[in-house]
Amino acid sequence: MSLPKEEVEKIAHLARISLSVQDIPLYTRHLSDILDFVEQMKSVDTTGITPMAHPLDALARLRADVVSETNLCSHFQTIAPQVEAGLYLVPKVIE
Amino acid sequence: MHNKTLTELSHALHLRECSSVELTRYFLERIERYDAHLNSFISVTPEMALAKATAADERLAKNEAEPLTGIPIVYKDIFCTKGIKTSCGSKMLDNFIAPYDATVVEKCQAAGMVMLGKTNMDEFAMGSSNENSFYGAVKNPWDTKAVPGGSSGGSTAAVAARLTPVATGTDTGGSIRQPAALCGVTGLKPTYGQVSRYGMIAFASSLDQGGPIGHSAEEVALLLNVMAGFDERDSTSLDHPQEDYTTYLNESLKGLKIGLPKEYFGEGLDVGVAKVLDAAIKELEQAGATLHEIHLPQTHLAVPVYYIIAPAECSSNLSRYDGVRFGHRCENPTDLMDLYKRSRGEGFGGEVKRRIMIGTYALSAGYYDAYYLKAGQIRRLISNDFSQAFKQVDVIVGPTSPTPPFNLGEKVNDPVTMYLSDIYTIPANLAGLPALSIPAGFVNQRPVGLQLIGNYLSEARLLNVAHQYQQRTDWHKSVPPNFA
Repeated sequence: MSLPKEEVEKIAHLARISLSVQDIPLYTRHLSDILDFVEQMKSVDTTGITPMAHPLDALARLRADVVSETNLCSHFQTIAPQVEAGLYLVPKVIE
Repeated sequence: MHNKTLTELSHALHLRECSSVELTRYFLERIERYDAHLNSFISVTPEMALAKATAADERLAKNEAEPLTGIPIVYKDIFCTKGIKTSCGSKMLDNFIAPYDATVVEKCQAAGMVMLGKTNMDEFAMGSSNENSFYGAVKNPWDTKAVPGGSSGGSTAAVAARLTPVATGTDTGGSIRQPAALCGVTGLKPTYGQVSRYGMIAFASSLDQGGPIGHSAEEVALLLNVMAGFDERDSTSLDHPQEDYTTYLNESLKGLKIGLPKEYFGEGLDVGVAKVLDAAIKELEQAGATLHEIHLPQTHLAVPVYYIIAPAECSSNLSRYDGVRFGHRCENPTDLMDLYKRSRGEGFGGEVKRRIMIGTYALSAGYYDAYYLKAGQIRRLISNDFSQAFKQVDVIVGPTSPTPPFNLGEKVNDPVTMYLSDIYTIPANLAGLPALSIPAGFVNQRPVGLQLIGNYLSEARLLNVAHQYQQRTDWHKSVPPNFA
């Protein structure tokens, strides 16, 4: 199957990735190749099989609801692109 | 010095025949002299290394040392190291200084090991050739026209070229074992949950597993002793008693039942590799093991299943790189959407973008059942194949990689062909089983690896089989001629 160009643009938008116009044909070809390749899964009868999300069916452990971490905000913000007064700055969202 | 085993180096340190500072300087000099040919490092950390080596020498002098105190090590650049750049091979994290250490790094430091630097890798551990690094491809020490394998190719190339005694790697679909095979070293992917994922940058969380890389099974066992163990900071860490993985190394293989999956020796396996494997299997038989043909009928589905599950998990895990809190941010964003899209478009390389997009597609409305759910169901069938097999045999033996190391550039334009390099390694990740690759010979002077897959938590048994093989052969002692 060959993905339409619009579909690739939609996926890129959902994934929040900018693609240059000249890159789109290559991504279209590669994504279509990969989807063709995984197509063979469809021939397998999986009726009634419980999907396996984790090896050993591991479940996330619970822990007591107590404070275990200290506030490292200022430390973490030393590697942030743009901060002010303890806040991460981004372009204005609401006028 | 660089041809001594880990045990020999440990003895030399404990007997004060050499100091950790001397050993550290020696390997730093080798890196300085040789790494320009390989590009196996992203960062080298000499000052920190010498400070840690001095501390290790003090510990040795006070007789407070552990077996690996004072031994140099390198970490794949996916393990967070406090105060030292952790790039994950990506432009996105080229400016990222981790605010904390990964548990694996903490454990190695607590054992007194000395970090020489951080090794090159495929970007975000996505790749089988190490050509996807923002820092350039790594070259294979056995032939610099060949790939070292990936994604832990920097670690395996550095170990093969004797630029470090041991290294860490991570394995999501074969990223320790395949480059170990292609570089002629020994690498183990432990049972899922054995080695903490805390501070190990996430790619596909239900598959990612850290592990040790060395020249021999004995070295890998010694390093696993340091790396493994329960960690409450990793929500899927296995809570079971600490083991000494060297305990059974010297046991005989008499009565060991080896399973040879028919599907691992058929179409797609290089003839030269098959010949090397035949000889290796005969060696195991002579050591007392018995051979049994087994079936893993869903093997051909492992790669397609993986290329839905891993991208799906990666599209979610990598959504955190948004240009807001850390990592690459584009210049002069016009609005928030532009900031997200251009930061990610510029920060990620081609393979990472492909996988994020495949995952996004597979998880999007209307496709979830056909792709992600279906892949999860087949994943269980693949896992069930192994459970059946381990009712009949103790260990499964086969190739690590279908071919010897291929040339740089040979597969870069065809993702699906590149993905098939991992056909024999991916099934163990899907099932969560331990597996290791050991050097078993050469095809045209390029290394070939033998893979051993065991049942859950059977690392000690796998290392026993590998060690017994290495007592009878010396492939693991071969040194690439230009690095001897």
